[in-house]
Amino acid sequence: MNRYPLWKYLVIGVALLISFLYTLPNFFGEVPAVQVMPVRTTEKVDTALMRRVESALKAAGIAHTGVALDARGVKARFASPDVQIQAKDALQAALGPGYTVALNLLPASPQWLASLGARPMNMGLDLRGGVHFLLQVDMPKALEKAAERYQGDIRTLLRENKVRYTGIGREGEQVTIKFRDAVQRGAARKAIETAYSELQLVDSESGEEFVLTGGLKKQAQVKTQEYALQQNLTTLRNRVNELGVAEPVIQQQGIDRVVVQLPGVQDTAKAKEILGRTATLEIRMVDEERMQDAATVQAAAAGQVPFGTEVYRERDGRPVLVKKSVVLTGDYITDAQPGFDKQTNQAAVHINLDGRGARLFKNVTRENVGKRMAILLIEKGKTEVVTAPVIREEIGGGRVQITGMDSPQEASDVALLLRAGALAAPMEIVEERTVGPSLGADNIERGVNSTLVGFALVAVFMVVYYQLFGVISVLALATNLFLLVALLSMLQATLTLPGIAGVALTLGMAIDANVIIAERIREELRLGNSPQAAMAAGYDRAWDTILDSNVTTLIAGIALFWLGSGPVRGFAVTLCLGILTSMFSAVTVSRAMVNLTYGRVKRLTKVSI
Amino acid sequence: MELFHLERDIPFMRYARSTIYVSILFIVASIGLLATKGLNLGVDFTGGTVMEVGYPNPADVGAIRAHLTRAGYGDASVQNFGTSRDVLVRLPVKSGITSAQLSEKVLVVLKQADAAVLLKRVEFVGPQVGNELFEDGALALLVVSIGIMLYLALRFEWRFALGAIFATAHDIFIVLGAFSLFQWEFSLTVLAAVLAILGYSVNDTVVVFDRIRENFKKTRSNDVAAIMDNAKTATLSRTIITSGSTQLMVLAMLFLGGEVLYGFALALTIGIVVGTYSSVLVASPIVMWLGVSREDFIKKVEKPESGAVV
Repeated sequence: MNRYPLWKYLVIGVALLISFLYTLPNFFGEVPAVQVMPVRTTEKVDTALMRRVESALKAAGIAHTGVALDARGVKARFASPDVQIQAKDALQAALGPGYTVALNLLPASPQWLASLGARPMNMGLDLRGGVHFLLQVDMPKALEKAAERYQGDIRTLLRENKVRYTGIGREGEQVTIKFRDAVQRGAARKAIETAYSELQLVDSESGEEFVLTGGLKKQAQVKTQEYALQQNLTTLRNRVNELGVAEPVIQQQGIDRVVVQLPGVQDTAKAKEILGRTATLEIRMVDEERMQDAATVQAAAAGQVPFGTEVYRERDGRPVLVKKSVVLTGDYITDAQPGFDKQTNQAAVHINLDGRGARLFKNVTRENVGKRMAILLIEKGKTEVVTAPVIREEIGGGRVQITGMDSPQEASDVALLLRAGALAAPMEIVEERTVGPSLGADNIERGVNSTLVGFALVAVFMVVYYQLFGVISVLALATNLFLLVALLSMLQATLTLPGIAGVALTLGMAIDANVIIAERIREELRLGNSPQAAMAAGYDRAWDTILDSNVTTLIAGIALFWLGSGPVRGFAVTLCLGILTSMFSAVTVSRAMVNLTYGRVKRLTKVSI
Repeated sequence: MELFHLERDIPFMRYARSTIYVSILFIVASIGLLATKGLNLGVDFTGGTVMEVGYPNPADVGAIRAHLTRAGYGDASVQNFGTSRDVLVRLPVKSGITSAQLSEKVLVVLKQADAAVLLKRVEFVGPQVGNELFEDGALALLVVSIGIMLYLALRFEWRFALGAIFATAHDIFIVLGAFSLFQWEFSLTVLAAVLAILGYSVNDTVVVFDRIRENFKKTRSNDVAAIMDNAKTATLSRTIITSGSTQLMVLAMLFLGGEVLYGFALALTIGIVVGTYSSVLVASPIVMWLGVSREDFIKKVEKPESGAVV
């Protein structure tokens, strides 16, 4: 009765073999590596890049232990962290600013394991160090900014259609346009309705004036918010790329939040600065007429700013009067790269605008040849004139070159700012968890140590208390640990410190099933049953109990996973998986061992339990 | 080796009244503590900033506190964390300041006092996120309780579900009461531990219930108390050995797991002790007083059989 058919042994054997294979990569540790990725995601990662990396390393005389290509970039491995850092500097110098060169750690497991898809577990930020941010997008601001854009667009539209209005303004998320008579208002309504169907228009009268108020329809508001979040995600991705992090996580969470995880980042101040940068970019016209008059400029610098303009200082400290109306915002910029002017060989920034931006820019430059335009960077409430070049000619096609930078370095800084782009809406950090790398290593050690010590204590106790059956239980428990680690590795679940605690706790609880079985067998023996019958009855009767008791714990685990966040989730994942693996190992695997030991013994008189 | 070889059933039920009174006393005391002293909620729930910094030499906490006060951070709490070289600085949420920058400013101040200071960990939670985490946690507790009750009502009987939930609520209240009494910090990981206790305690209770159910089906006796005593005595060995081995694991975590896991392991340590107590001495008396009887289990088994005979 205590015999398994061959297929059961085979199933167990295969499960053990697979779990052993997938657990294996976790024991090899990691090797220092350098990861090369193009800054622009549009650029292809191909063998040409790999060859460039190889030859750059060769030229610098740096020995590597393998260069590999994957979807995200080229990864080169090195013998020691010192070589790794040398290689990073050499590669960055050789490849230039178009590529991000980041330090990384790669699994040291052999190639044949990797080709089986066996990879080590993902370590959470609390184990390998890094930064976790939760950013909240300010959605009302996004809608206000959209209204601001419509304000400009409607102004142009009405002028093109020769509709006369007396004023256009913005109140919160609404644009208000004033007219002298209802006819003009009607014409405006018609023009706006055709051009911008997403606006809800309302007529009203205030005193002598006829007012038209436009606001986004509900559907369009949702769309705007989605778009704002998407743009912020893209902008954050660009900014993180500038940071040179090997495996960043940038994800949407809920409708208005973004999670950013930067493993291995040590300079958190810089990370926060770059992520939290609320830079917006605006292109506006310089008020040339008023700039002619030195006295006005003087007075403006002293605080008497003429109506309709604002005064800012250029980099060299000269005041410049800039019109209030915005020609273009950073939203229209699709790309910006540092480079050189072909004729003068001066440092320059090449900007690409999207279709709408290109059209607007063409109109503005046509109307303002010979005048200056100012590019303003607004950061933390402070406005700085990045540059104020003279428009030489009408610029169409959306390709803009800005010169006037002092050095190539400055050009690349400006390009970075333009490229990283403006956020569609400001964001605020609402949660931060930073763990230093040394603490991360400590956490791993402590977590693993306490698990192993706990395991050893339980093992000693079980063997003393249940003898051979105790040995079998401990082996089953070890199998459980293997299965759990293998499963976590296979799923590429992220292991956190609470996750390790979950592993320890499930091991402690997994022994329960073995105890239930052992006690049951002892009881059956006491009742006078033969050893073989007692063992069979012990396993069979214990199954119901084990199932019920585990399902209740599983319910708790699932709810934890569903409602928990961050550290709690890690714990929930290991708890749930641990329960599943423990049911297999404690019942099926231990039974197989019992069957192998006693199943074929005829006239068994004594069981070591 | 055998520690619990018992010849006769232990008359647990004879003491049921007193064990339940003790439990009710503890529950009332815990609720009283929670109502008056409350929980010492960590940053996870209140919002605020926690910084862990390390010094190469044992740190003078008093001097650091004085230095922070001079720099305008009088509301910061400073204490040793784990070792004498590690220091934990807590800062409450300040309205107006975007708190993400706060930790950086404080680090600058700390560096002025001792340039060798090393930032090991920062946790900042905004007040809104803190609220959400708290609500989600409370919701998780509720959902788990309902889920477990439904499962037990389905697999056993509604009286068992009520008994198990009462016993589990008893454990949770006592653990929370202990955290309130000693004002230990209640963080997100402690909440995870509390939910794990919920699962563990029900697990323990279910094993006893399972044996009671089995006894009901086997026996012809109608002495519910005796049936329950027999079931509890039969499973006593298992109950204590499982609790003991889980406790070994948790104690290893408590002493070796470091500060981050300390609160987690502490909650579990208490939870396992009271969970074991409640699954033996609290859950089944309730089931008995709710009026469970043999018929509740016999019916289910006999009905289809009688149909088959006809």
